Amino acid sequence: MKEVTLKINDISVTVPEGTRILDAARQAGFNVPTLCYYKDLCNEGSCRICVVEVKGARSLVASCSAVVAEGMEVYTKTPKVINARKTTLELILSNHNRSCLSCVRSGNCELQKLSQEYGCDDVAYTGDKTAVVPELPNAYLVRDNSKCILCRRCVAMCEKVQSVGVIGANFRGFNTTIGCAFERPLGAVDCVACGQCINVCPVGALTEKDDTDIVVEALNNPEKTVIVGTAPSVRVALGEEFGNAIGTDTEGKMVTALRRIGFDKVFDVNMTADLTIMEEGTEFLSRLQDKNAALPMITSCSPGWIRFIEFNYPELLPHLSSCKSPQQMFGAVIKTYYAEKMHLDPKNIVVVSVMPCTAKKTEIFREDQNASGYPDIDVVLTTRELARLIKRYGIDYNSLANGEFDDPLGKSSTAGYLFGATGGVMEAALRTVYEKVVGEPAPSLDFKAVRGTKGIKSATVDLKGTKVKVGVAHSLSNARQILEDIKAGKCDYQFIEIMTCPGGCVNGGGQPIVSSEKINAGVDVKALRAGAIYKADKKSALRTSHENPVVKTLYAEYFGEPNSHKAHKILHTTYHKRDKM
Amino acid sequence: MSKEIIGTPQQWEQLEKELEVLKNEPGPVMKAMQAAQAIYGYLPIEVQSKIASTFGVSLEEVYGIATFYAQFNLKPKGKYTIGICLGTACYVKGSGLVIDKFKERLGIEAGETTADQKFTLDATRCIGCCGLAPVLTVNDEVYGNLTTDDVDKILAKYND
Ligand code: SF4
Ligand code: SF4
Ligand code: SF4
Ligand code: FES
Repeated sequence: MKEVTLKINDISVTVPEGTRILDAARQAGFNVPTLCYYKDLCNEGSCRICVVEVKGARSLVASCSAVVAEGMEVYTKTPKVINARKTTLELILSNHNRSCLSCVRSGNCELQKLSQEYGCDDVAYTGDKTAVVPELPNAYLVRDNSKCILCRRCVAMCEKVQSVGVIGANFRGFNTTIGCAFERPLGAVDCVACGQCINVCPVGALTEKDDTDIVVEALNNPEKTVIVGTAPSVRVALGEEFGNAIGTDTEGKMVTALRRIGFDKVFDVNMTADLTIMEEGTEFLSRLQDKNAALPMITSCSPGWIRFIEFNYPELLPHLSSCKSPQQMFGAVIKTYYAEKMHLDPKNIVVVSVMPCTAKKTEIFREDQNASGYPDIDVVLTTRELARLIKRYGIDYNSLANGEFDDPLGKSSTAGYLFGATGGVMEAALRTVYEKVVGEPAPSLDFKAVRGTKGIKSATVDLKGTKVKVGVAHSLSNARQILEDIKAGKCDYQFIEIMTCPGGCVNGGGQPIVSSEKINAGVDVKALRAGAIYKADKKSALRTSHENPVVKTLYAEYFGEPNSHKAHKILHTTYHKRDKM
Repeated sequence: MSKEIIGTPQQWEQLEKELEVLKNEPGPVMKAMQAAQAIYGYLPIEVQSKIASTFGVSLEEVYGIATFYAQFNLKPKGKYTIGICLGTACYVKGSGLVIDKFKERLGIEAGETTADQKFTLDATRCIGCCGLAPVLTVNDEVYGNLTTDDVDKILAKYND
């Protein structure tokens, strides 16, 4: 590729042709602020916070869209530039509900950070303000347009990456707001609740619905046994909220923190991920042998994905595995098997799950998710909410000693752990399915073809002469592509894993928010967090779900065998068409 | 997505025909919205859904366009549209009082239509006859030098 040499604040840099000025400046050691620009997602060029001076240009240049040229002389910090940025900020702040005191994004807010850097904090602003109209309640997301800066990163995420497109800019001029068609609340349109819009919002305009108070209330109720379980990907991200590097596995500290918060039992949803593999793998093998069964079979652990197919492709619902998600299996096992074993009344058990996900908050209200007669799961906290609770309780996370999950539902294989990354469910399933069919472990347990962040991945596995072709997709635009292929009869996969979020759960809509500054600088959050999972798997002595001793006990003592009548009653569920608005 | 048809079967058929033609054109959404508005006089949700599904865009995208451009109506217009100028010249001469009186008489707010679909009340920007301020239009007719006393007289003229 052709290279271009230019000067940034008199420092010479050489970059490939077509590089954005912003990226060239970073290479020279100068950060230029951005608000609307988000790498590979949003390049509206609308906020003008990224302006720089280019010698010879008549006006200031938006460095997020303008590209370098040979011999260009760029200045990123002249008085003209600084003043222009400050004016831009003040214009934004003049119509901003500045409630930083309690705003959940305080300390992690891109607008607040810039306002502070540019000294805008105590200016008195007058003028019209967008009214604070809290979004009608739904189970998972709160929108507050009085904090919205109209960067449209959320719109790009919903439309381009998720191919859902339920939010956009409505009206014009001062009245412009981000909303849904006909001003419906998110809970009344075909939003899948993925929360990916939250993760790219630079400010506190989009947040998860906070359920920490419900948990606290349960913890303070002496009649309740409060049990918590953590999803695979929570432990590789929670540490970030306490200053650890992206991709740090803090499982031990997480367990100790949960115990200190006061949960009666600290179990692991990785355990029921193993159970999911037993049920789903068995279901797949029986579909493979049944001429009338719907193939390809598609995984069902990601509730945003379930909403997506229910809204958009109801005719393909028979392809979904009937397995509940690991979260729901977790609650179901606790309120049936565990309750019986411990002589607890499921009525008095509160099961809290900690999830990387906002769609999980909606999943608990689905039909057919109450094996014991009571909801399988009572409350879902996102990783961010758990961090909030740990901070509120004054627990010094980084100094905690490593703890271990409680027995018996805390023991898991690292196959279950893999569920956190895209391709992980498939890899875990293949490890078990291979051994079940062939009668011996796969020659390598590493199914590398299904790892990584490529949008759609595939692999062919030879099961004793039967070649099985599997596909893996993450983010719903990729899922949509596969579904269109199925509809057109062009899909040759027999087994498909679909995850709603780009990168899978490690990058779920409830995970710690990574600033666009880091994203734009090229930090690959998905790969770093997934890396921590694969590292743990590599070191592990227990790498297949069917070898998990607790799984064996569960079948021996309770379920009989995978897909048994009892297993179906407790661990499987149903789906239904949802009307689009 | 709403599947019901709206309006008369002829209107719906006409809509489908025009959308079909637009399928091969570049940038069809905006054109489709204009065509639909010509048929219905406004863009009800059923029509917007139809446009969205025909051209494979989201309903929100269509709605975003519909609310961005003043030319599109989201609500049906009445038989008579009363447009009262709230530009500076008219406003200082009391057009605000006039519009308030219309609101009171018709029992609707600006931008709304009476339940009998007879009158739509609009606040407009300067229409360029400031010499006659305050002015209003009823469909294509212009009335100037208004006072609140004129309101009932004007309404009476359209008493058909
Ligand atoms: S969005 Fe940012 S600037 Fe606005 S109140 Fe919250 S923390 Fe403060
Ligand atoms: S939660 Fe997901 S589907 Fe819903 S608006 Fe946000 S990005 Fe779109
Ligand atoms: S809600 Fe957040 S991401 Fe969406 S436009 Fe507003 S500030 Fe940007
Ligand atoms: S215009 Fe460049 S970041 Fe917004």
